[in-house]
Amino acid sequence: MQISFTLNGRSTTVDVEPATLVVELLREQLNLTGTHIGCDTSQCGACVVHLNGLPVKSCTLLAPALDGANLLTIEGLQGAPGSNRLHPMQEAFREHHGLQCGFCTPGMLMTAVALAAENPNLTEADVRHGLEGNICRCTGYQNIVVSVLAGAAAMNAAKGE
Amino acid sequence: MKPFAYHQPDQLPDAAKLLSSIEDSKLVAGGMTLIPTLKQRLASPVALVDLSRLENLRGITDDGATITIGAMTPHAVVAASKLLQTKIPGLAALASMIGDPAVRSRGTIGGSVANNDPAADYPAGVLGLGATIVTSMREIAADKFFLGLFETALEPGEIITAIRFPVPLRAGYAKLKAPASRYALVGVFVAKFTDGVRVAVTGAGAGVFRVAPMEAALSGNFGPSAIAAIKIDTDGLTSDIHAEADYRAHLVTVMAKRAVDAALS
Ligand SMILES: Cc1cc2nc3c(=O)[nH]c(=O)nc-3n(C[C@H](O)[C@H](O)[C@H](O)COP(=O)(O)OP(=O)(O)OC[C@H]3O[C@@H](n4cnc5c(N)ncnc54)[C@H](O)[C@@H]3O)c2cc1C
Ligand code: FES
Ligand code: FES
Repeated sequence: MQISFTLNGRSTTVDVEPATLVVELLREQLNLTGTHIGCDTSQCGACVVHLNGLPVKSCTLLAPALDGANLLTIEGLQGAPGSNRLHPMQEAFREHHGLQCGFCTPGMLMTAVALAAENPNLTEADVRHGLEGNICRCTGYQNIVVSVLAGAAAMNAAKGE
Repeated sequence: MKPFAYHQPDQLPDAAKLLSSIEDSKLVAGGMTLIPTLKQRLASPVALVDLSRLENLRGITDDGATITIGAMTPHAVVAASKLLQTKIPGLAALASMIGDPAVRSRGTIGGSVANNDPAADYPAGVLGLGATIVTSMREIAADKFFLGLFETALEPGEIITAIRFPVPLRAGYAKLKAPASRYALVGVFVAKFTDGVRVAVTGAGAGVFRVAPMEAALSGNFGPSAIAAIKIDTDGLTSDIHAEADYRAHLVTVMAKRAVDAALS
């Protein structure tokens, strides 16, 4: 079947089998390999993308659900348009050592950006609750939580500018 | 996954017709349970009928004495609903405890109730509040809907369109999460109405069930102390790698007390 959607700001039309997972479409057909597959069983969150602004696990999403939708992947995350900078959440992860091997990071970032966008007053408890579906084998989460709080504050500050 | 045809009807009668006319077809709502099942090849339908374009199945409406939640309303929308946070905060809290944010973006109340997982949260809220399941064919009382392990009163071809909840005086939910899946090891929903109290338990056995002695005790005195000494029988409770039946029985009392506390706060 043919589906049309907006992918990181660009309109995209592809032919897919209905039984295609969005993460397969991204990685294998569209060559966007920033979205990772950690478990393929909906547990780890390495595959999180934004569908119409909401965080979703792309390993548990069928391609037909994209038709007419707006999809943002880690490749589409960026700082202020034209600034050629990282997104404030990415900057915060770099600054606060929020990653080690980096495998979980694309999903962590996408979940974190969604959390911060939804709640301008994030607390540490909110961040820990919000990251329940994102598993990291390396960091012990401490620096991830610090990074998300810092990134959320930076996103708020950027909004205020 | 085995290949399948994909239908996205925008009218309920069309969805019902597709479902009943294509043998081995299946409904897909949020897909949070169905897609993992397809991947494991535990099911291999020839066609999926996607409910996401049925706008009438989405949203939360205030009918005064009742609140109706469309079957396709995602958990995140229920959790964030100001109406529910005001009128049935226990139900909004229950939705906020399901899975994780990505699961709550996609998973729907209709899918969860139709699936009737023995550890799912919504069945406790639906039975605890004595809600009515509205389908493409009829209305079914919660007490007659949940029939045990993954089994419901739904007939083949029947589609849940909404769940209608009576507004209680107070209600609360408490669960101990299984740490890996976040499903309920044991979850208890307690609701107080003018004519009595309902207590519904999920996670403990093969399906959601009510606890009559706790309902009677709480109808007399709605406080955690009223049920502190009531221990349920381990007969029919689940023993598995996560917990033995007697621990689950113990948790029912602990979670019921916490649910009452939540209802009072
Ligand atoms: C990682 C993870 C964690 C989770 N944690 C929890 C948790 O903590 N607590 C919890 O309760 N649940 C949990 N879930 C399950 C989640 O809540 C699902 O969203 C829910 O069980 C199914 O809803 P769905 O909309 O995704 O349904 P789908 O997966 O689309 O469908 C499920 C079944 O219901 C049928 N169906 C769907 N809609 C209807 C309808 N309107 N009428 C009739 N039949 C219908 C489908 O045909 C299918 O058989 C979790 C899931 C995942 C992946
Ligand atoms: S790959 Fe999707 S949740 Fe792990
Ligand atoms: S940084 Fe290695 S998995 Fe998270």
